[in-house]
Amino acid sequence: MAAALLNILVFPGFLFLIGFSLAGEYLDRVLYARMQNRVGPPWFQPVADLIKLAAKEDTIPEGADRTIFKLMPVVALTSTVVASFYVPLWNAQALFSFSGDLVVVLYLLTIPTLTFFLGGWFSRSLYSMIGAARAITQLFAYEIPLLLAILAPAMLAGTWSISEISAFYEAHPALTPINIIGFGVAMVALLGKLERVPFDIPEAETEIVGGAFTEYSGRLLGLFRLCIDIEMIVGASLIAAVYLPFGLGLPIWAGFPLYVIKVEALILLISLMRTVMARLRIDQMIDFCWKYMAPLALLQLVINLFLKGVVQ
Amino acid sequence: MAEMTFDRDVVKVPLGPQHPALKEPGNFMLSLRGEQITEMGIRLGYNHRGMEKACEERPYLNDMYLLERICGICSHSHSTAFVQAVEEIAGIELPRRGLYLRTLVAELERVHSHLLWLGVAGHEIGFDTLLMYSWRDREVVMDVLANLTGNRVNYGYNTIGGVRRDITDEQKAALFKATDILEERTKYYVGLATTELTLAKRLQNVGYISKEDALRLGITGPTARASGVTRDVRKDDPYAAYAELDFEVITADSCDVFGRTVVRVGELMQTYKMIRQLLKELPDGPIAAKAPRKIPKGQALSRYEAPRGEDIHFVRGNGTDKPERVKVRAPTLVNIQAVSQMMKGAYLADMPITLAAIDPCFSCTDRAIELYDDAGNPNGMRTWADVRAHGIRHYQERGVDMGDLNRRFASQMERI
Repeated sequence: MAAALLNILVFPGFLFLIGFSLAGEYLDRVLYARMQNRVGPPWFQPVADLIKLAAKEDTIPEGADRTIFKLMPVVALTSTVVASFYVPLWNAQALFSFSGDLVVVLYLLTIPTLTFFLGGWFSRSLYSMIGAARAITQLFAYEIPLLLAILAPAMLAGTWSISEISAFYEAHPALTPINIIGFGVAMVALLGKLERVPFDIPEAETEIVGGAFTEYSGRLLGLFRLCIDIEMIVGASLIAAVYLPFGLGLPIWAGFPLYVIKVEALILLISLMRTVMARLRIDQMIDFCWKYMAPLALLQLVINLFLKGVVQ
Repeated sequence: MAEMTFDRDVVKVPLGPQHPALKEPGNFMLSLRGEQITEMGIRLGYNHRGMEKACEERPYLNDMYLLERICGICSHSHSTAFVQAVEEIAGIELPRRGLYLRTLVAELERVHSHLLWLGVAGHEIGFDTLLMYSWRDREVVMDVLANLTGNRVNYGYNTIGGVRRDITDEQKAALFKATDILEERTKYYVGLATTELTLAKRLQNVGYISKEDALRLGITGPTARASGVTRDVRKDDPYAAYAELDFEVITADSCDVFGRTVVRVGELMQTYKMIRQLLKELPDGPIAAKAPRKIPKGQALSRYEAPRGEDIHFVRGNGTDKPERVKVRAPTLVNIQAVSQMMKGAYLADMPITLAAIDPCFSCTDRAIELYDDAGNPNGMRTWADVRAHGIRHYQERGVDMGDLNRRFASQMERI
């Protein structure tokens, strides 16, 4: 019991996630800055930002639904943290796992976007409402390609448990590179999920101020920001577990640094895309996801189904 | 919170006067159907500073410094346009070296303005890397300007009859070097604009305005030239040293924001050519002619191709050392009206970049011609006396009585 609590609350649970996600945010910000020829923030900046936000007053706009407005950041944070328990980190074994946890994790990772929508919509501010509508529109564009892209490796592995998928590819390393198309699609979909350039349409600063978060401030905004940071780590861990499952049998002193390197490499990819691209328009984003991402993910699915027949 | 109308799904969204997309206050009322704009209303006037009136109270030379501060980006444009008009009234013949140096700073100003615009355009479409890069490169030209004139902005380089500072050989060498760096960087941006996919996707077919509409609305500068209108005051009505320079007027016929980008970047390449020519052919001699303190009776209209388009100054002298009337028409005043035409049926996401693409400067534009009265005057307009009375009443209601203060001041003065 004590060990389980320690696992959930400290390592590799909540506290570790907060620390790692803030480090991830720092890495993302500093890489983005260096690639733009800027100095970037000092290492403690994400922590300082969080403390500053936590110390500030929460302002809730008049006419906003107070319950939903306050509840949504908590729901968002909870769902991402719970999702992290089912994603294997440095070995092939997640903290908890059961057959079918892949679907649960993808579902839990959808909840933050829904909370952005609800929180933004019930702020009753025009910018928030436009941002909320954009967030939900964008969700429909990237969610299906993401699901299809992650489904394909699962099909080949013949299981719906992330831990078992990892274990399968660990045992059959030759099959890993086949999922390369799915990896690309999943990375792009993750950009959409995290609302990063070129898919930062729901919070496009120059158009709709802060999107769904326009009216959020203080602790509630801090929770949302933390949630997005954790989502980035969980998303990257999920992609690492499904598409980069090597070195999982290593002891913790070697496996853990390898896991950190994998996640940081994915963050580097995210920062790189953020650096070299402009924000797309919502119609262009949807066109792109349905015209290219979804067919590519389907292609991956067909390849894997075909291979499965051959392997058997 | 803004009022929402639920009828027929049309939502009215205010953009400004305070909004992250706007660097200066202006109000744009957008009627949105989903993400599409059905209608747009423009309201300016948040930056009105009464400069034209203030000019009438000051000597000509002070006016030049005041008008230089109309805008922080095209400050040399406004001061040159003004002194050109004054010099024409006074009939001052400028030494050629003075004209060349004035042109040199004008072109350097164009470089920094266009590089600034490129960064702002990048920021508006969420491409912050372009902003960081072009603003870093802009530092090169800012340093050159500081070295040459003493200031990074609001140079104070002009004077009535010429310029105030000469150029040294070291400054010339530094300028040649800086031009090489800038040219190389600009070539990089040309490549970027033509190869980067998301950039092209966000700029092409956005903010379309046809050549006919461009002519009908009388828009100027790079905005007009991107619609295929070959209009450039430097070519059509040469001032300063432009008649002696070799350059082409860059145009594009795509009529969209992409075309405006191409025109501006192309103009930068022409500008580097001009800077080199100006430095090579810089004539010897004095940099300024002697100007009288009192400017004779007369009036003049001065045209100037500012980085944003044609800048027009009208000056009327009455034989004293102060002008009787100064009128400024900044390029944004004509271009801003084209924005509502460009925005018809466009997406909300394209609004910031379309507005930014005309390179608007609200502080240049905000001149009150007549004040519209929403308090219900019979003719709908406010007179000078009305405004004055309103001002006094406004402050009295808030416990500030300037009348009392004025009386006390007068009695103090009498005692002395």
